[in-house]
Order: sequence, then structure tokens, then C-alpha cells
Amino acid sequence: MRRRHTSNRNSVAAIDWGYGINKARVINADVNDLRMSEAILREMPELQTCIGCGGCTATCTAGALTDFNFRMLHTLVRRGEYEGMYEQLNKCMLCGKCRLVCPRGINTRALVMLLKRKLGDN
Amino acid sequence: MEVERMKSQKNHTREVVVVGGGVAGMQAAIRLAEQGVRVTLIEKKHELGGHIRSWYHLFPSFTPAQEVYDALHERFASHDIELITSAEATEINPTSVTLADGRVLHTKAVIIATGFEIFDARRKEEYGYGLYDHVYTSADLELLLHEGEAGEGLAGALGFTPRRIALLHCVGSRDEKVCQPHCSKVCCITGVKQAIELKKRFPDAEIFNFYMDIRMFGPGYEEMYREAQQKYNIHFIRGRISEASPTFDGRLQIKAEDTLTGRPLRMSVDMFVLLIGMQAGPNFGLPHADSGFLEPQDLFLGNVVAPAQAGTLGGLFYAGTVSAPKAIGESLNEGIAAADAAAAYIKQK
Repeated sequence: MRRRHTSNRNSVAAIDWGYGINKARVINADVNDLRMSEAILREMPELQTCIGCGGCTATCTAGALTDFNFRMLHTLVRRGEYEGMYEQLNKCMLCGKCRLVCPRGINTRALVMLLKRKLGDN
Repeated sequence: MEVERMKSQKNHTREVVVVGGGVAGMQAAIRLAEQGVRVTLIEKKHELGGHIRSWYHLFPSFTPAQEVYDALHERFASHDIELITSAEATEINPTSVTLADGRVLHTKAVIIATGFEIFDARRKEEYGYGLYDHVYTSADLELLLHEGEAGEGLAGALGFTPRRIALLHCVGSRDEKVCQPHCSKVCCITGVKQAIELKKRFPDAEIFNFYMDIRMFGPGYEEMYREAQQKYNIHFIRGRISEASPTFDGRLQIKAEDTLTGRPLRMSVDMFVLLIGMQAGPNFGLPHADSGFLEPQDLFLGNVVAPAQAGTLGGLFYAGTVSAPKAIGESLNEGIAAADAAAAYIKQK
């Protein structure tokens, strides 16, 4: 319910009813813009070899204390779902334990930096 | 077309009848003939080979299926094997095989190598095979690849160039709704192989494999999976597609859960490939698993031997996919194993 109480104040007919329609949760591959995701994969093609084992999330220090889920996060980015991801990534402390456990040898620590750079840092 | 050969017809006292002329049956017959055993092979179709004749390139090496068949057939033809084609077995006993036309072949032992049937994708109506355009089975795709090679490429065979392709694993496998509780074993790697074949021909297409589990059981398979991911940019999404429906622009919309993100996902595709599983063939009244595949005596030292039943003291052997889904290499191995077991059996008798 992130969108709650955010009705458009500029609209004449805007009435805040105190509730609204949930944003669709569906990942719509026909609408999502994959250009950013593809640019990330070009820089780190080995990310495509992720088998979704969740080892990175299991060992994650940030994930133990917050709802940060690195496996889900980078999977969503690959699907073209970018909203809120940069803020999520700020929870990462770059300890690098995830890199040690990845069975595919993905440099997950470097991936955090790459994602942050692509999604917001300059 | 195979010519019915009846070499050494005179005084041909059969020792072993092999039922089924696919790779396992051919291999078993060759092995028996090599050991001087008088063997008869019966095949229900008019020619040898079975399913391998319909496959294009074989995983994980992309070896043309034709090459494997030709080499096997050459060895087969060099031996004195009685071959009866267009002959379907209706009843099998350790000492006789009855054919559909009423003929009875007497023998000392029988190897059952009747293989599998491919799952009829129309039974999974929700995927629209036979209802909507652009839905194919993995078996169709192998034939289209053949056709494409002989003619104007895969795009020519399909009649269009797909921009987005979805392949769905486990169609008719691990699905109790269609009485197919088993894993068909080879579809995962076939899906990876076909995704690569498609990407090679349509480099601009986006390709998605939807899977429940990826089971890469054989040598080089996991490596091929990794190559599909990294080199060929094939997307693997863990989630079973629930349904396909046609869109106004003549494509198909598919729905799945992207279980790794916990979100529903949908997309339109212009080619939908169903990786169909193996279904058990006839069981001849022999003990079989819930899946319909024949159960051998045990899964270790007796894995090509039929269980001892009341009234019979052995003499029935299994080779290939009659007893469970198997890859071609495994079926070939079982042909040898069953032949050796049958040869030892008739010698001790």
C-alpha cells in the first residue's frame, strides 16, 4: 500500500478516499523496458548463470536484519523491475560473503556496485 | 524402407526374440548376434530405428541423430539377424511372442524393448496445442529443424520469424492430472538444447524457458545449461505456465509465477514450445509402476531382468525406455546389458 494517500493534488476531482486500487503485482514482460537490464548483463554476463539457489541471501548479513533479499532483487532487475531497487541496495554493507558462497562464481559484491551505478549512482 | 530379411531362414531355431527395433532393441540384437545367438527382431513399424529417426541433433553434443542411427544400422545389417517389420507383438511369454497377425514365434528368451510413446500435448488443453497457432511440441520442433535444414531454414519451415519464444518444461511429466507422475528425464536437457538451436537461428529473439526444476543429470549437461544461460542469453524462469491464450494480434499470452521473485508474470510470445514427456507403452500384463513403465526385478543387479512371476522362471528381459525414461546412450547400454543377460540365461538352460 505504498500509494496510499498519494492521490493527485493537482486534479480538480481529486478526493482522497483513504484507500485506492493496488498497483498490479504482475510482471508484464510486454511493458517492461529491459534496456537497463540488458546493459547490466552486458557488463556482467555471468549474472545470467544464476540458478536462484538463494545462497547469497542465506548468508547475507543485511538480509538477516532487514528484508533485503539479494537473490530476489537482482532477479527483479533482470525482469525489468527497477522501482525501489536502488534504495534496497543501500542496505548492503558490501561484506562480500555472498560472493564466497555463490556456486556459479558470480561476483555478487561487484554486482551490487554495478546495480547501484546503473540504477542511480553517478 | 526396410526389406524384410529372412537370412538363414532354414533351420532358424530362434533363441532370443527382441521386441522393438529402436536403438535399445537394435543394440540388443547386434550384441546377441555377435555372440552367435540366433536372434529375431520384430518391429511394429515398417522400418527400424524408432524415435531416433525423428530427432534432429542429439544433446549435449549436437551430434546429428541420423549419424548415430546410420552407424547402428550399419552394424545391424552386417549381422545375421532375422528381422520382421510391420509386426506388432500382442502377447509376450518367455518362450513365445504372438504377433497381431496371429503368427506365434517360439523362442527361448525374449527381450522387451518396446520403448515409450510421446505424450499427447492436446491432453494439456490449457496450453492450446492443436487449438491455437504457434504452439509446438518439442517433437514437432525436431521435425521442423530437419525440414528447415533441407529447405529454407527454420523460419521457412515455420513460416515466420519469432521475436519471443517460450519453452515450457514438464508437459506430461510430473503431472498427476494426466496420470504422468514420473519425471521424463530427457526433456530438461532437450529444452536447453532446443533453446540454443532456436537462438542460433533467431539471434534477435528473446527466449524463455519456464521450468519447475532443472534436472541436468548427464555428462556435459550442466555445462550446456550454463552455456545456454551465459553464451546464448536464454532466460530461465522458475515457474510452471498455467495457461496460454491467443491475443488479438495473433500471438499467445502466457501466465506463470516467477517464483524466484514471488510475483505473477505474463508475456506475449509468438512461438510456444511444449517439452513433452515420455509416456509408457503397452505393459503386456507385466508388473509396472504407477507411471506404466515396466518394473524390473530390482534397480541394481537385476535392472534388465523381468521380475520372476508365478509360472515363469525367467527368460524375460527389458532394454531401454520400456522400464523408465532414458536417454539414447543409456538405452544403448541397456541393449547390451539385456543381451548379455539373455545370452547367459539361454546358455545355462
